[in-house]
Amino acid sequence: MYFTWNILKFITKRLIVSRKGELIVVFEAATLFETIFMQVDIQQVLSLLFYIVFIVFIFYGQRIQMYVMLREVEGSLFKLKYIKDEGRKIAIETIKEIGKPQSDPTARVDRFLEYFTIPPQSLDPAGVVWKLEHILDVRDARFKDEVKLMAPSADETQTNNLENTLEAAMALNYIYKVIRHYYLLGKKTLSLYIIMQLQMILPLVMREAEAYASALKAFAYGQPIGDGAGALVAAKLMRGYETRKVPKDCVVATVPIEGRTAFVIKAEGPGGNVGKIGDAIKTIIEENEGRIATIIMIDAAMKLEGEDVGEVAEGVGAAIGGPGVDQFKIEEYILKYRIPINAVIVKEDIGDAVSPMRREIFEAADKAIERVKQVILEKTKEGDKVIIAGVGNTIGIGQ
Amino acid sequence: MNKASSSQATKISSFVLMIIFVLLALSLAALVLALQAFGYGEDITAGYLLLIGFIGVALSTYVLMQMRRRLMRLKIAVPPITTTIECKKCGFKSVREFQRGDYIFKEVEPCQKCNDKMLITAIYREVKEKEH
Repeated sequence: MYFTWNILKFITKRLIVSRKGELIVVFEAATLFETIFMQVDIQQVLSLLFYIVFIVFIFYGQRIQMYVMLREVEGSLFKLKYIKDEGRKIAIETIKEIGKPQSDPTARVDRFLEYFTIPPQSLDPAGVVWKLEHILDVRDARFKDEVKLMAPSADETQTNNLENTLEAAMALNYIYKVIRHYYLLGKKTLSLYIIMQLQMILPLVMREAEAYASALKAFAYGQPIGDGAGALVAAKLMRGYETRKVPKDCVVATVPIEGRTAFVIKAEGPGGNVGKIGDAIKTIIEENEGRIATIIMIDAAMKLEGEDVGEVAEGVGAAIGGPGVDQFKIEEYILKYRIPINAVIVKEDIGDAVSPMRREIFEAADKAIERVKQVILEKTKEGDKVIIAGVGNTIGIGQ
Repeated sequence: MNKASSSQATKISSFVLMIIFVLLALSLAALVLALQAFGYGEDITAGYLLLIGFIGVALSTYVLMQMRRRLMRLKIAVPPITTTIECKKCGFKSVREFQRGDYIFKEVEPCQKCNDKMLITAIYREVKEKEH
């Protein structure tokens, strides 16, 4: 107590020196402190403090926990807002730079960011895939028209890249809005369960948002992304051979591999494009009247934590992501003609898939080619016809 | 809207920054007062002030550093992307930074050695894995 009093006395002295006008008030305060500190033992104060804290935590513990969580969500939301705004800024700047529009595209971009797509009704699931395909086609056409209006000077490759850039900005805008919705809802209702769920999924959401943020720049500059691993494999295989266009937005080259005839398919590059690989495979199957020994699909696939980026694995089935329309079509056709289907995947995480291609993924393309050749040798015989489909966004990858 | 958003991005940090700087100033003042107290021979008081000062300085520096880290994290990192150009005829290879318009299998400027057309054979980024 003596020490405390000494400090107070010391500070009081300083205050007297600096603020003469308030001398009496400070003196009285010091006297009051002296009275309190001289009479109360420090241990008593501490135990009283402990009881207060204990009681406060009994009644308000959950609320305090909730406020801590809210604060954490708020911090992430702040970061999401920053990323979203940066995305919008990058999209507008790229449009201005490439598209050279006559008027300011900002308002149009803002409108674009709010676009939505209503999926088809699936109460009666029969035929839902074709309905979904139609809606996606309409969406795609609408996006392309919008981009052309925003950037009239952009060529086809640039239009595709701009479309991808805007889609990434749109995804960021959506993520931000959903998180903000649940944050405000949790704050409004003070529901621990809403806030808790939000706080628990936030690390994954932030990871995805950060991935889209790095995708924005890649799309804006037309850099190859990790998702293009399959397209890169196909591009490497068809290099030096004549290519022709096949529906929709795909190219095919007839390549002799190990004494077999391989139809190598990929989306048409180098603009940001995934093409409709399902339609392209269907075209080749029909052109050859179903006489295809095997189909090999190469795609980037999600790796599990602990697995290495660029690890190549092999399996069976249609290796293709997206809304499922292409996978459905491929499965329909292989079933019709009883064609075996093999898959070679290049493992990567979501961040790697949409950000500029990593060296490991680039180098994995050669390993995947080796695997493809191995599958061809093991599963087909000389003179057979095979389809090799490199799936993925072909941005920054030519043919 | 952009300006508004960026100013909002710094709004919270500037308020917190002000508090931190006030704390830092008070802590430094405590340290100065501690020195004075030593001069007066009030060793115990000086000790307390020294402790308060050091804790304050350490705390404010830590928060400042945390804020700096947070701001660094906020920036969208643009990793360096390299483009590898190769001459298929003579095998001459050059590596440069990615330029807009580059794409894999694009034919670019003629080779410095044999004047044949060169080809972009690789575009990628290098990532240094964090130690686990």
